[in-house]
Amino acid sequence: MSTSAPQPSAAATGPTPPADATEAVVVRGVERVFTGAKGATVTALTGIELTVHDGEFVSLIGPSGCGKSTLLRLIADLDEPTAGDIRVFGRTARQARIDQAYGIAFQQAGLLPWRSVAANIELPLQLHGVGASARRARVAELVELVGLSDFAKHYPDQLSGGMQQRVAIARSLAESPRLLLMDEPFGALDEMTRERMQTELLRIRAETGAAVVFVTHSIPEAVYLSDRVVVMSPRPGRITDEIDVRLGEAAERGEDLREDTAFFEGVTAVREALHGPQASSAGAARGVDVR
Amino acid sequence: MTTTTPATRRARRWRAVLWGVLGLVALAAVWELYKLVGPADGWLIGAREGVTGSGIRLLPRTSDQAMPHTWEMLARAATPVTRAPGALPLGVVVLLAALVSLGIAALGWLVGVVVGFALALLMLGFRIAERAVLPFVILSQTVPLIALAPLIRNWGSRLEFGAFSWESWMSVVIIASYLAFFPVAVGALRGLQSPEAADLDLMRSYAAGWWTTLFRLRLPASVPFLIPALRLAAANAVVGTVVAEISVGFSGGIGRLILETAVAASSDPAKPWSPILGAVLLGLVAAGFVALLAAFLSPFRRQETAA
Repeated sequence: MSTSAPQPSAAATGPTPPADATEAVVVRGVERVFTGAKGATVTALTGIELTVHDGEFVSLIGPSGCGKSTLLRLIADLDEPTAGDIRVFGRTARQARIDQAYGIAFQQAGLLPWRSVAANIELPLQLHGVGASARRARVAELVELVGLSDFAKHYPDQLSGGMQQRVAIARSLAESPRLLLMDEPFGALDEMTRERMQTELLRIRAETGAAVVFVTHSIPEAVYLSDRVVVMSPRPGRITDEIDVRLGEAAERGEDLREDTAFFEGVTAVREALHGPQASSAGAARGVDVR
Repeated sequence: MTTTTPATRRARRWRAVLWGVLGLVALAAVWELYKLVGPADGWLIGAREGVTGSGIRLLPRTSDQAMPHTWEMLARAATPVTRAPGALPLGVVVLLAALVSLGIAALGWLVGVVVGFALALLMLGFRIAERAVLPFVILSQTVPLIALAPLIRNWGSRLEFGAFSWESWMSVVIIASYLAFFPVAVGALRGLQSPEAADLDLMRSYAAGWWTTLFRLRLPASVPFLIPALRLAAANAVVGTVVAEISVGFSGGIGRLILETAVAASSDPAKPWSPILGAVLLGLVAAGFVALLAAFLSPFRRQETAA
């Protein structure tokens, strides 16, 4: 692994698979090889080592095809690694999924069109047998949290893209998970909505205190949101660098932070990490959004 | 998505009824207009002198024999079927027969829907079943109904246990359901498979099992595909009933009545049109029933706009 500057936080845990339940996510030596037609294989991920501490916001950034979404899917147990070990709060990924240890949101809001906003948010609660009155109370809290109290009875087709994504985030928070997995949740939104949603996400995250694994291909987004940015590279998908960008407590980050020098330094650091030592080869960061 | 007030919705409904009635009037007008201007003996090409049935008829005959006036048809429907004392008006007889056929068609539709849905679930649950069953489902519809009817009657008549014995109306139900199950099987399968990978991922992240995913995701998502399938099934069930009644020899339904009154056409030309209109009415009622069902399921027909 070509980790150029390992951060102290990343090296905190030992090399053996820890049963330490205080870490949100521990990924050890994970590899994912896809077998295509006629036996052709594609190595989507190799030698992945990653630890996400409880309450930490970690972004996975990299060009298309670097396996960042695949890594997220492995943590969520929507896919299984061909080698290596993944622990979520000390449990196996599979057990963590069954125990509902995480909430998840995708690039597409993926709301069920026949359910109202409230009914979409309560879907996970309903599936897990939470009583009607408890559900109603929790949904009221969540629509308040994402600022959609007036829209609880609306249907997804009556909402804008940003509002749909807020519903999806509320749904992922329904069971008060200690870990949020987000796969480019703002990728389909326009820039203005996107920035507003980022600030909202920071506020929500400060209120819930959950750890977040956030997949993105936008450098400013990763720097603005994260405590730590994990830089990935394709063919084969691997982690090439980790950059600490703690710009302050999540709750204190405001819009003016986007014009702060610390923010720009973070952006520069991530950009250099993405382009790698061979910064001259422009192809290295293809597909990365440097807005 | 446009929000509608009850008033505008009511106005729209009345307009729909108005257009429907206008359509009927227009149809009657076209009928009468053609009868007025069309040649009484129609128009044949390539007919040889003195040979009946030769040539190709491009325009139908407009004689009272072939095309009775619309009002004559209505008047005939109001008069008794036969001159026998106490005979019911033709229209009433037609309606009663249509009602019998409606019951049979509804039963056939129901059986078809259940069988079609069961097949769709089987194909959904087992990949192998989809490959094994689907070709036969499609093949089944290429068998001509006329060939099928005597077979089913024959097999049915051999079924006899205890007090149960096969009645001819059961054969009609089977044939109607045979035509009705096909669109349901194909439509339901497409609908059940319609949820996107992301939706299925979400259900997996909730640790939801196959049945939970079926009830919470796949079934509601299948409704937009299911409604047209149910409508097709209803139309097929009605056609199947009318045709099967004739080929099975079941009397009491509208199909048989069409055959019986057609015999009387030469002496009583307005008579066969009543059961034909009755069959049309039957189809309309069946379509209306599905529309009612669709109205109940309308919450599931919302389409998600692109996020």
